[in-house]
Amino acid sequence: MNRITRLFQENTARGKCAFIPFITGGDPSLAISEDIVVALEENGADLIEYGAPFSDPSGDGPVIQEASLRALQQGVTLRGILASIERVRKRSQVPLLIFTYYNPILVYGEKDFARDAANAGADGVLCVDLPPDDAGGYRDAMAANHLSTVFLAAPTSTDQRLALIGDASDTFVYYISRLGVTGERAAISQNLAQSVSRVREKTGKPVAVGFGISTPEQAETVSKIAEGVVVGSAMVRLIAEAGGAPDTARKAGAFARQLADAIKQG
Amino acid sequence: MKESDFSSTTREKHRLPDDRGRFGAYGGKYVPETLMYALDELEAAYASAMADPIFQEGLERLQTHYVGRPTPLYFAERLTRSLGGARIYFKREDLAHTGAHKINNALGQCLLAQRMNKPRVIAETGAGQHGVATATAAALLGLECEVYMGAEDMERQRLNVFRMRLMGAKVTCVNSGSRTLKDAINEALRDWAANVEHTHYVLGTVHGPHPFPMICRDFQAVIGRETRRQLAEAEGRLPDLMIACVGGGSNSIGLFYDFLGDVSVRMIGVEAGGTKIAPGMHAARFAGGSFGMLQGAMSYVLQDKNGLIGSTHSVSAGLDYASVGPEHAYFHDNKRITYTYATDDEALDAFQRCSRLEGIIPALESAHAVAEVIKQAPAMDAGDIIVMNMSGRGDKDVQQAARFIMPDEEL
Repeated sequence: MNRITRLFQENTARGKCAFIPFITGGDPSLAISEDIVVALEENGADLIEYGAPFSDPSGDGPVIQEASLRALQQGVTLRGILASIERVRKRSQVPLLIFTYYNPILVYGEKDFARDAANAGADGVLCVDLPPDDAGGYRDAMAANHLSTVFLAAPTSTDQRLALIGDASDTFVYYISRLGVTGERAAISQNLAQSVSRVREKTGKPVAVGFGISTPEQAETVSKIAEGVVVGSAMVRLIAEAGGAPDTARKAGAFARQLADAIKQG
Repeated sequence: MKESDFSSTTREKHRLPDDRGRFGAYGGKYVPETLMYALDELEAAYASAMADPIFQEGLERLQTHYVGRPTPLYFAERLTRSLGGARIYFKREDLAHTGAHKINNALGQCLLAQRMNKPRVIAETGAGQHGVATATAAALLGLECEVYMGAEDMERQRLNVFRMRLMGAKVTCVNSGSRTLKDAINEALRDWAANVEHTHYVLGTVHGPHPFPMICRDFQAVIGRETRRQLAEAEGRLPDLMIACVGGGSNSIGLFYDFLGDVSVRMIGVEAGGTKIAPGMHAARFAGGSFGMLQGAMSYVLQDKNGLIGSTHSVSAGLDYASVGPEHAYFHDNKRITYTYATDDEALDAFQRCSRLEGIIPALESAHAVAEVIKQAPAMDAGDIIVMNMSGRGDKDVQQAARFIMPDEEL
């Protein structure tokens, strides 16, 4: 059993909600990203989404697009992300989910990628532009290496599609709480509780909610209705604003602490 | 010519894409989950429109009275004589309303948007022709329209930007990535994900997730159907060779599609060879690309060994794209269609020769096809026939071309 599956099993038993921050690997540098991962874990992160930069991030808003671009300018690739995870594993056992677009995996080779990702110490993969409909070979490759496959569910997903998404996701599904791309929003969507219940019921899996959650207050609200809370763009923006200064990881950790505390209260 | 020669056998011989939107290994539907329902909805709306005689009649009426179809099949006599080989015909898509074949697809898709009760359409554009065509169809049908265009392309095609705004479209400048067509598509996909409930994305070429490659092909196939009829009238037979330029690949598939089942008809697609076939200096996917997935479809992609998408270059904004329609990838592999490229210089030379000999200024995209005609015709017999798709007119390109042709002169 990988770390992600174990986390959700334990959380289910204890009725706990997982705090899941997202960062773009390699922004501002892989070394600092690794320090940030450690700082996030020390400050209450249960699972970390480690984003691999891509040249054409069509599912992302400006904050993550720009982080991706900065990482690419450092020469960061999917292989670089795996090497980084290998280094993180010497310092931390926090569950790690690789967040990527499909083409870099396709070109790497699904089987080779799954083997190398597992060897590096990753626990799962979320591929933003690979819907479950065409993911048979990909899922087999990941499963053979005990990697979790997480698929997205959206407000526009039909009941039939939710069933497909639930079947393809071995541990939990990631619910996009709003239409659109990644990014911060002033308010979380209305009727979110109802939507999350529907997704949970139709997929038969625990639900992590992301897209647009950026403050401790929002995180607390969502933690009452979902099994996981993802905070992406707000964290990435904070890291960008720190500009690679020596206290970048400490600042990311401090923000994580606020979010984690809010979620635990929830 | 026998009666049977008048009918195309393409649909019997070539039943693609399959149910999952695939052309062999290529195509498919690779988009974030938010958009999956919109693709299903579009596929259903398209199937019902195709089966609806009222929709078909409405489309045909507009094609005749608004677009100006059928476009002529013109015998290019002076070019033929100057090259001294095969008889050369141009299919005059440059004479369609808005000056390019793009209107065929834009009008069809805007009618679909209306049918789906979506009051807003969005589009990406490279050379500006698809943006202009979408803005035109949107104006005609009273739809709100927003067009995404790379900052570099806005500079190259300022005239088209003004045309779109004149027709009431909002033109949004894209500054991300390489600031060209590919980045405009990313931005259009982002808009679509946010506004999918009331917006239809009028994708302008035979690329993107299923069902776009199929829908766009079917709306463009009118080009080949007319050509078959017109050439039968003019020459009483099929052509020996068909030539068209290939960016995403919509004008070429539009010309070729009806003839795919006719084994005697050779077909050549011409990509942008740019300044040379080296990374970042061209857009010839079949010369420098490999298997990959970009913007919704499996196909040939210009990319590096890490699966990151490469930058491209062409003098022609409409051919400057890192991937190619999945159906082209399929016909490349099974060799039904041959793909080659013309360099910037060859295209600029063809641009001038065609203007001087025929009084037709081709779009820089179409000039790539003319360049291939110039290579092929002299080696063929005087009784042979070439049909080339004059996919667009070059008025939009004169300023860009002048920069290369007369670099020292003030305009």
